[in-house]
Amino acid sequence: MTQATATAAARPARVPGGRRRRPGSRHSLTGFLFTLPFMALFLAMFIAPLVYALYLSLFREQLVGGNTFVGFDNYSEGLKDEQFIDGIQRIALFMVVQVPVMLFLALVFALILDAGTVLFARLFRVGFFVPYAVPTVIAALMWGFLYGKDFGPFADVADWLNVPPPNFLGEDLMLWSIANVVTWTYTGYNMIILYAALRAIPAELYEAAAVDGAGPVRTAIHIKLPLLRPALLLCSIFSVIGSFQLFAEPQIFYDIAPDVIGKAYTPNLYVYNLAFADQRLNYAAALSFLLGFVVFVVSYAVMYSSRRQEARR
Amino acid sequence: MSAVPTVSADAGPAVVSKARGRARRRGAPPGGGGVAFPTLFMLGFLVYFVMPLLWLFVASTKSLDDLFSSFGLWFADFSLVDNISDTLTKDDSVYVTWFRNTLMYSVISAVGAALLAAAAGYGFAKFEFKGKNLLFWFVLGSIMVPTTALAIPTYLMFSELGFTNNPLSIILPSLVSPFGIYLMRIYAEAAVPDDLIEAARIDGAGEFHIFRKIAFRLLGPGFVTVLLFTFVSTWNNYFLPLVMLSEPRWYPLTVGLAQWNNQATAGGGATAAFTTVITGSLLSVVPLIIVFVFLQRYWQSGLSAGSIKG
Repeated sequence: MTQATATAAARPARVPGGRRRRPGSRHSLTGFLFTLPFMALFLAMFIAPLVYALYLSLFREQLVGGNTFVGFDNYSEGLKDEQFIDGIQRIALFMVVQVPVMLFLALVFALILDAGTVLFARLFRVGFFVPYAVPTVIAALMWGFLYGKDFGPFADVADWLNVPPPNFLGEDLMLWSIANVVTWTYTGYNMIILYAALRAIPAELYEAAAVDGAGPVRTAIHIKLPLLRPALLLCSIFSVIGSFQLFAEPQIFYDIAPDVIGKAYTPNLYVYNLAFADQRLNYAAALSFLLGFVVFVVSYAVMYSSRRQEARR
Repeated sequence: MSAVPTVSADAGPAVVSKARGRARRRGAPPGGGGVAFPTLFMLGFLVYFVMPLLWLFVASTKSLDDLFSSFGLWFADFSLVDNISDTLTKDDSVYVTWFRNTLMYSVISAVGAALLAAAAGYGFAKFEFKGKNLLFWFVLGSIMVPTTALAIPTYLMFSELGFTNNPLSIILPSLVSPFGIYLMRIYAEAAVPDDLIEAARIDGAGEFHIFRKIAFRLLGPGFVTVLLFTFVSTWNNYFLPLVMLSEPRWYPLTVGLAQWNNQATAGGGATAAFTTVITGSLLSVVPLIIVFVFLQRYWQSGLSAGSIKG
């Protein structure tokens, strides 16, 4: 790092009453230099790839004429691409079911832990969170085995009961089997975020409620929930972004049920297959941007609706 | 960012919880019946969250025959040691290579990302400079960009530059942690007193010296939090290495195990490959679970910082 510029000469003179002013507010370069290594890498690894992909998305590899500029043709093709649209719709369905279920569970767990009316609280806190430490790929592999008809415990139990084992990875249940893996992995993570937010609520608020004769459930609904709003919003947005990134689970389950998953079960899987199986890099780049745009719009809608509800209170 | 105090005292959540727990117990209505139901409810879900990992452990102790013939959640003949040695020696010990790669990618990315975040967070927190807020919001906005949506563009750019299929193609993108910058900024704002910096300047210390010798120590807990989260996300990363790497000798565990699983599934139930996939999966999650259980303080404070954003 280039520390040389941070000279003693730049030391700010003490101004009367100037104590509250940020130190170093005068030498603007020093602060910037501290951020420079990160900003340089951010530019190279974050902004540059996006700009390059944006550039690529405006071209098309053609048999005649090679690489030609086609403007927004790739984008308009994407908007009409049924496989892409199907994937987005599938994710939308996944999202409106899985995210509320997961966040509701996380919220209930966090409220129970915070209310202090549970034994072994520490065990639950760690035990529920542990799946987050499991890589998504491993979680998918593991659940793939558990769902399986050969040696999964569900199949064992069904066998024992003399009923046909449920076809978790069939056409009808696949999306919800994937939803279960995601719920399993991230519920504890969201629980900890909500629990931490609950812990930050000053105790006086509860004392006031107790004086008013509010029970634990009423306290939870009328005091804790409104204060949890920002944390819940954060969890929702991260979960929405996560939903649209869905890749490892369907890709792993493809090995077990190729007919159900196909090439475009989720938009991400489709983009991956376009780029690597079909070598349609330009089109894949355009779809990446379309997908990013959808994520942006949905996240923004979540934020906006949350703000409006807040305003209505 | 009004709730900085929750982050400022790293031990904060724990301290607060103790104080409040005491206050609450005094005020809580007596009645043991209130404890039984929530505890049973939580125990039910504990089974759900722990069962798959228990299954993984039990399955790792079984021979291939027992895997198919015995009940999934109970032990048969104990052949964990055989399975581990099978896993470690399969395909010229490629698993050991994958493990080493994963460790290398995760450690370098975590240390690098945490150092970059500490410096940048300190810069953002303690200095004023032109365009600071714009830069910061730009970085913060990038948290919204899905990491997999970024992986394909990064791959396209790297392959144009002929820079794929090497360790740096995994490490360099992993060094950029916008969330780490956010975390270190609020952490530095609260943990490094302005007066201390001022005093060091009056003593004639250079800015970099102040950062290295004074501020960095105070940033310790925040640094470990960023370190931990980057370590875990790099360890767990699948999509980026999947697109970047084409040779098994550079694979991390996630990509390698997925490939083994692919081969095992293609080979049908008759091959011995399933036991190595299962045992390999177990061996790959154990280090992370240990890290999480021992560093609870840090991930909990990291997530509490996350909860106040918005």
